[in-house]
Amino acid sequence: MLSGLIGRKLGMTQLARAGGELGAVTVLAAGPCVVAQLKVAERDGYEAVQLGFGRKKPSRLTKPERGHFAKAGVAVSARLAEFERRAEGPLALGQTLRAGEVFKPGDLVDVSGISKGRGYAGVIKRHHFAGFPGSRGTHEYFRHGGSIGNRSYPGRVRKGLRMAGQMGNERVTVQNLRVVEVLAEQDAIVVQGAVPGPRGGYVVIRHAARPGKKARKTGDGGV
Amino acid sequence: MDKIIRNLEERSLRKDLPEFQAGDTVRVLVKVVEGDKERVQPFEGIVLRISGGGSRTTFTVRKTSYGIGVERVFPLHSTRIEKIVVLNHGSVRRARLYYLRGRTGKAARVATTS
Repeated sequence: MLSGLIGRKLGMTQLARAGGELGAVTVLAAGPCVVAQLKVAERDGYEAVQLGFGRKKPSRLTKPERGHFAKAGVAVSARLAEFERRAEGPLALGQTLRAGEVFKPGDLVDVSGISKGRGYAGVIKRHHFAGFPGSRGTHEYFRHGGSIGNRSYPGRVRKGLRMAGQMGNERVTVQNLRVVEVLAEQDAIVVQGAVPGPRGGYVVIRHAARPGKKARKTGDGGV
Repeated sequence: MDKIIRNLEERSLRKDLPEFQAGDTVRVLVKVVEGDKERVQPFEGIVLRISGGGSRTTFTVRKTSYGIGVERVFPLHSTRIEKIVVLNHGSVRRARLYYLRGRTGKAARVATTS
């Protein structure tokens, strides 16, 4: 069983748990992925599998990229990502991996995606600052962050101070999402909770790197 | 919406429920868990609205209990609902009967058709 697959976010819905309580779930297309390259210790210094997912016009690629896919003998993929090897046995170039081979219900997974872009956002939206009172003398200073430092000592603004700026449209990973269901025929999995990005956004789904407490509590791991 | 999601939601739809609309008077038999025992508790009142679609449909029931207005929102396809009994069909002109909230006593009724 490989450590993960590339997929797409299909959307969210609700499913009833055992007691009839509803919980939010995200449906992800997971695979099918093709093995595009095998990284081996002798040549690359580490063991890994590079997977490809989705379709893309060959004309949209650079020549070196086209060569890369031709070498593996696979169709051009929209996305590539590397995955750690686990005890999954030998894999061949061009082999197809499907959701049912990699995930099973109860697994914990980490899902990475590109979050929805919010543009240049102020401190209230971006860092949950409280802003200023709507009345009582506040003058043209409602959504500001306030002071950003002292005076001659230290005479500069501290590094890392939270200010306005680009929000979202960055890679975000959500850890330890429980796989509720694997729809092997449709190459889709259902995970508990939310996943970064818009519907249709590409995501990388890996078995949880740090299953921790959540796995211990229920007795099953991220593997 | 995505086909896979639609199929997924279809599974949790209940086909054993009667049809009803806003304005109807219904008795909802809700399963309640008390300690380790489960019993059925009725909630009877006028349907204020039905909202959402597919497996996410919910409906709001309003009743007056000891002079206090009580509203409860149920997921229509919840497994916690044992049964829904339609007691009366109301004759109303709108889909959301929020105007009932401001009314008490005789003014808070809806005309019935059945």
